Amino acid sequence: MAGHSHFSPANVEEHFEFSSEGKKRIIIAFIAGLVALALGIYLLSKGESGGHEVAAAGHEAANAGHEAAGAAEHLSGGAASHQANAEEHYDWTNRIWANVWLNAVFFTGIAVIGMFFVSLQYLAKAGWSSVVKRVPEAFPKFLYISLPILLAVFFFKGDVIFHWMHHGVTEVGSENYDKIIAGKAGYLNKTFFMIRLVGFGALWIILWNMLRKKSIEEDLVGGSEIFTKLVRISVAFIVIFGASSSMFAWDWVMSIDTHWFSTMFGWYMFASWHVTGLAIITLTILLLKDKGYMAYVNENHLHDLGKFMFAFSIFWSYVWFSQFLLIYYANLPEETIYFLERWEGHNKIYKTSEVLNIFFNFFFPFLVLMTRDAKRTRIFLKIACFFIISGHYIDFYQMIMPGVLGKHGGYGLVEFGMLTVFASAFIYVVSNELTKASLVAKNHPFLPEALHHDI
Amino acid sequence: MSSTTNYILGVYDDEDEVLHAVSEIKAKGIKIEEVFTPFPIHGLDTALGHPRTRLPIAAFMFGCLGLICAQALINYTMVFDWPMIIGGKDFFALPDWIPVSFEGTVLFTAFGLVTTFCISNGLYPGKEVEVLDIRITDDRFVMAINVDKNKVAATDIKKALKDSGAVEVNVK
Repeated sequence: MAGHSHFSPANVEEHFEFSSEGKKRIIIAFIAGLVALALGIYLLSKGESGGHEVAAAGHEAANAGHEAAGAAEHLSGGAASHQANAEEHYDWTNRIWANVWLNAVFFTGIAVIGMFFVSLQYLAKAGWSSVVKRVPEAFPKFLYISLPILLAVFFFKGDVIFHWMHHGVTEVGSENYDKIIAGKAGYLNKTFFMIRLVGFGALWIILWNMLRKKSIEEDLVGGSEIFTKLVRISVAFIVIFGASSSMFAWDWVMSIDTHWFSTMFGWYMFASWHVTGLAIITLTILLLKDKGYMAYVNENHLHDLGKFMFAFSIFWSYVWFSQFLLIYYANLPEETIYFLERWEGHNKIYKTSEVLNIFFNFFFPFLVLMTRDAKRTRIFLKIACFFIISGHYIDFYQMIMPGVLGKHGGYGLVEFGMLTVFASAFIYVVSNELTKASLVAKNHPFLPEALHHDI
Repeated sequence: MSSTTNYILGVYDDEDEVLHAVSEIKAKGIKIEEVFTPFPIHGLDTALGHPRTRLPIAAFMFGCLGLICAQALINYTMVFDWPMIIGGKDFFALPDWIPVSFEGTVLFTAFGLVTTFCISNGLYPGKEVEVLDIRITDDRFVMAINVDKNKVAATDIKKALKDSGAVEVNVK
């Protein structure tokens, strides 16, 4: 029975103060990221990767890679040919755009999962989460930044990211004509893609604004009427998110490897987004607690968040494995190419991260969060958050980079700098949004229940 | 609970009272056998100081057993007894076996745990229900104290129960 603090909820407000020193630190991190990025770009333009790229290892490795690519092509008929296509068009700036795309997709997911989490809690009429809900509620603010970035990159540099946007792939008679892609042109075309991005993106933002406004209004007014309205907004969002998360998974990530498809992909990307979002929610709460905020969030609430992370790490592994198993079992060349590329294609540069992907996202969280005590101990939760967040960055890296960059990918200053820039921007935006409402939703009807949460 | 055991039952009509009574009684050096309530009371387990259940350890053991059995079954049927090529894979195709191994693990864990739970609580099909006081299924909270396991005299126990707010004190 820890946390038996008997304060009357309605009298308590707690405001997060975004100190000028905190701002300064985040801005310094942002600038450091920019510097690393600039340096990385400079090195790239000189033909060096600014990191450990295998291309630097010389032509021996490249030869082995050609063999692997040749084998792949032999296996898959025409499926690997677009890779060769990407080689011809390769320009060193592609790596920059690929990184922008990767981080924008990653952080859009984290931001929207904040909304998803809150909606899910309202939909389930969950009581325990009412003490923590203001934290995820602040996340979607970042959509204002990440969605326009996605739109801009797609509009101006889409042909770098997506094979299906290459010139002439759908024109009969063109030397680039590709029958498979032409068959998908009804869905994968520039206009429809933008309609989906703008349409669903706008719906996300509108619904979040409605929810946020009502939620803050609840602090002033109280009563159960607003709660009912919030449930309705949540229902609408869940329905829209159910469709849009899958479509965005196909659009933003799966269509990079245009020839390849997987019916598991919508779930797979949602699982990755969700568990990252949960880890970031937990980490934010832990860091706020370290600063002395949210004293009413006790180990019981942390236990629930830990269970969420544990469960959805396993869920992600389940989906990842299901996708892999079906492809492995059926052994169809046009499907196995996806894993072949990541395992032994491209001079094997993606093999390490493919292995790390499984260890960081399945084995480590599974073992770290297994016991009850671990889920109630802050340091173990933080360790798990670290693995999950970095692991899922790697996961998205694995989804996007091999298709966009092929053998020109790598982990270098560009990756590090771009991630730092996006992460510090995200932290800044979310911290700023957290200051705009009390950290405790003081008139939430279930708050007394949450304060006495005991498991 | 055989008839040779002597129980003193303190009957309470409020959940907060019984929760406070637990620590009061324990402070007097009296060992509490069990507290029966119509619904779970938060913090009662901690107050009673019951040791943590060892069921998770049993779960792990049953899981390991299930995994071994599942692996043994697949290995015997698919590798040794009647090897078959499926999807052009090795006979020993581990990824294909993960679902079956998982199911075997879960099945053994579930059955094993239910069985363990029943045995450790002395339950079996057709067992006659023993209830110390029928009202624990309704609106009363009953604290059972085993007299034989306590060094404190029975009269003192009864007095302590009365003092802690019990509305009735019965002997069974």
